[in-house]
Amino acid sequence: MSSQILQLVLGLLALPAVVLAVILPGELAIRRFPQKRQSTLRPWIWLSPVLALVGLVIAYPLAASIIFSFRDATASTWVGFSNFAWAFGSAMRPVLFNNVLWIVVFPVLTAVLALSAAIMLDRVKYERVARTFLILPTAMSFVAGAVIWKMMYTYEPPMQPQTGTLNAIWTALTGKMPIAWLIDRGVNNYALIFVAVWMSIGVATLILSAGVKNIPRELVEAARIDGAGEWAIFRFVTLPSLWPTILVVLTTQAIFSLKVFDIVYVMTNGSFGTDVIANRMYTELFVKQNLGTASAIAVLLLILASPVIFMNIKQIKSGGGE
Amino acid sequence: MSAIESRTTMSAPMQSTSKLGTRLKRIALHAAVLLFCLVWFTPVLSLFVTTFRSESDSSQTGWWHAFVEWRPVLSNYVEAMYLTGVGRSIVNSIVLTVPTVLGTVLFSAIGAFALARMRFRGRIALFLAMVGFQVLPPQLVLVPMLKFFLALGLTGTFIPVWIIEMGLTVPFGIFLLYGFFASIPSDLVEAARIDGASEPRIFFQIILPLSGAVLASLAILQFMIAWNHLLIPLIFLGSGSLSPLTVQVASLAQTNAGGLNTLTAATFISVIVPLVLIVTLQKYFVRGVLGGAVKG
Amino acid sequence: MANVNLRDVRKIYNQTQVIHGVNVDIDDGEFVVLVGPSGCGKSTLLRMIAGLEEISDGHVHIGSTIVNDMSPKDRDIAMVFQSYALYPHMTVAQNMGFSLQMRGSAKAEIRTEVEKAAKILNLEPLLERYPRQLSGGQRQRVAMGRAIVRNPQVFLFDEPLSNLDAKLRVIMRGEIKALHQRLGSTMVYVTHDQIEAMTMADKIVVMRDGFVEQVGSPLALYDRPANLFVAGFIGSPGMNFLSGRYAGGAVWIGDVSLPVSNPPASASEGRQVIYGIRPENLAIADDGGLPLVVEVIEPTGAETHVVGHISGQRVIGVFRERFATRPGDVLRVKFDPQKVHLFDQQSEQRIN
Repeated sequence: MSSQILQLVLGLLALPAVVLAVILPGELAIRRFPQKRQSTLRPWIWLSPVLALVGLVIAYPLAASIIFSFRDATASTWVGFSNFAWAFGSAMRPVLFNNVLWIVVFPVLTAVLALSAAIMLDRVKYERVARTFLILPTAMSFVAGAVIWKMMYTYEPPMQPQTGTLNAIWTALTGKMPIAWLIDRGVNNYALIFVAVWMSIGVATLILSAGVKNIPRELVEAARIDGAGEWAIFRFVTLPSLWPTILVVLTTQAIFSLKVFDIVYVMTNGSFGTDVIANRMYTELFVKQNLGTASAIAVLLLILASPVIFMNIKQIKSGGGE
Repeated sequence: MSAIESRTTMSAPMQSTSKLGTRLKRIALHAAVLLFCLVWFTPVLSLFVTTFRSESDSSQTGWWHAFVEWRPVLSNYVEAMYLTGVGRSIVNSIVLTVPTVLGTVLFSAIGAFALARMRFRGRIALFLAMVGFQVLPPQLVLVPMLKFFLALGLTGTFIPVWIIEMGLTVPFGIFLLYGFFASIPSDLVEAARIDGASEPRIFFQIILPLSGAVLASLAILQFMIAWNHLLIPLIFLGSGSLSPLTVQVASLAQTNAGGLNTLTAATFISVIVPLVLIVTLQKYFVRGVLGGAVKG
Repeated sequence: MANVNLRDVRKIYNQTQVIHGVNVDIDDGEFVVLVGPSGCGKSTLLRMIAGLEEISDGHVHIGSTIVNDMSPKDRDIAMVFQSYALYPHMTVAQNMGFSLQMRGSAKAEIRTEVEKAAKILNLEPLLERYPRQLSGGQRQRVAMGRAIVRNPQVFLFDEPLSNLDAKLRVIMRGEIKALHQRLGSTMVYVTHDQIEAMTMADKIVVMRDGFVEQVGSPLALYDRPANLFVAGFIGSPGMNFLSGRYAGGAVWIGDVSLPVSNPPASASEGRQVIYGIRPENLAIADDGGLPLVVEVIEPTGAETHVVGHISGQRVIGVFRERFATRPGDVLRVKFDPQKVHLFDQQSEQRIN
């Protein structure tokens, strides 16, 4: 325990110290140069801690992962594209298929629910309170969410009292057999996806709410004077104005569904046909100790994410950020 | 005045029918919002209630029976704290999170200061790289980082986790702070320059004090990210004596050690800090989320 | 206190030259106003004196030192910004004392200096307030107070009054002028408002498109503008310009002759010229005179402005008298031949 406290103190002192130890001597060092020279050198002094950090944690691993993905399990010999052949092979196919399901269902479901929440919340006075309820799950870890929903999805054999909330409601309402939500291959992936939706809707609603509030009132009023009903206003004013914001939500959630790990790891650990890429990568790395295949999966993730990366860059470049 | 009055009286019968329709719509709206909140809150409530129920109660009836028969017990919390190592994990989560938050805010701030307030070649390219890096899957960094920190002999300490968590969030942090720093009027900075302030002074005495709210937004977001992450601490700290709450709860969940009710208590302990933060500091959280979203 | 000398100062942004070899001498204790339309380079020039913009070519002297490579803080100057640039997170006293704090002055000394400046500007009751709790005029005064506390060699003002309403602007104009008389410091003041320039300056520098058009005292500029631009820029309502031909000691527009009693020096017979006459140099003619066809009459109370045309060319007259004229009427007017400005139509330079 005392070692943890020691590390805490160390971290709290060392991190600011590193920053100051670069900037202050750096500023002193360039003071000898003329004004013009100073202003060309200064940015690099201030950026150097960041460049070192991002270089170590992002740029170097990016390059290394790509190299490892062409090597064998211990990263010692070249194996060409065989790791990728494996990644696209029959072993990985169901896993990839699950991710495709995530990428399609999760963003759309989140966006639709968040959009309806944003539009409804905009019209009630207790918006802040209601919004807080939607944000609560966002504050929790996916691990906690997974534990909660494992309880919600609890399955007891038929005729036993159902202690899981969903099966209790299901059997009471329909009188049918209880459903093994996490085992039944017809529903288990959707059950996992819904947990992610439950946890993500807070942020999506915040972003869309801001979008809804950004629509000029005059626009809606003009449409109303032109004789548009609620649906027509939604279809012809709200939706087109919100479309860029919706796209932001969709792409963010699509990236998330590539990376999803915690929920699957805790709830099913990939069994019953629910495995996803990120969980599989963990298995390859720590259970099978295969650096090559794990890196190939990482590179695959990168390739899948790259359209969104470039889309974001393009958007910023065309004026969003400057 | 009289014209307006007569118009209101004339349209009165028409209004009452449309009023009824509006009224029904309002009721439907409130019902839908309430249902939404109910569905979203029920799982949280079920967790909370279960933490106070005994093992035998939970195995026989659903958590909602607590509203019929309220027999609260505290044994789940006692067990979670002292038998399953959750108490120790609270300390670990703090040791993991607090320096990460501090470091992230500091590194993002100096990076954003340089990118937003200095002019140099490669500025735009670097900024765009930060935008791209935000979206990178964190899985990508695991293998090389593990090799790197193994070689340095630093695994089993919190240092790799701090560095990786910082490195993964700093691009976002720079993006978030950039917008705010760029909006600070340059007159202010120039006035300080004429007043004799050096660049570090301008940064620490002008820029940072003006940026309290946005720095708080970044801090609260990074607090939640680092506190809630599973994968990185799982790999670099393992599920032993250094494991933070997420790892501890995940391993309890997977091994079923201690039973369901202890698990719920452990889970509730793990979420209480971020829950309190998001309710009390919601303003900053919202600001951070909105400031960080790439605008279309 | 010091003189400021600009020697062939140039500014080049990405290969575009925006300041073209400016030479200006500002004497110790002088109040100099840089004036010109927006984009003329006056603010850039001021910022080059301050050290906020790099000097591409030429030299800036403050006192006897060339300050080209000095950072702003070493030039011993103070600047009042258009936006005031008060630090929002500091009180008035902290704002005013910031430069001394940066210099490492003792707390007690800072306090005395701040209180001294606050007294000059009547800011004493506001010292513990934050900028957001102040009105526009108060913020403006704090910005000046911050400059005073520094006790600089040169004060620089960058359009300091343009964020104030018209009434307050007149009051502050007087306060700045009074401050100058009290401190006797060198002050360089940038504005686009020629009235500010005329009322405040010892010396005005008129700029356009990165060139200095004319330097001189307010009345010298008013009475003998060096070219058409300065003639049009200084004075309100602006000088009347009529284009015609110079012949036999008068300017002819068709068969109407305009009198000139201060003729051009060189042989200008037959030359195309611009005939300039200020609106207040028109008078009602008792007999004869020029026919002014009235279009608009604007009584201001003190004066009457009459807008009309003579031989198809637009003319404004300002008269002390009040009279009942209506649009369409023809007013007989005469020009004061002593106050005529003649400009060459081609070069737009003064020729008389």
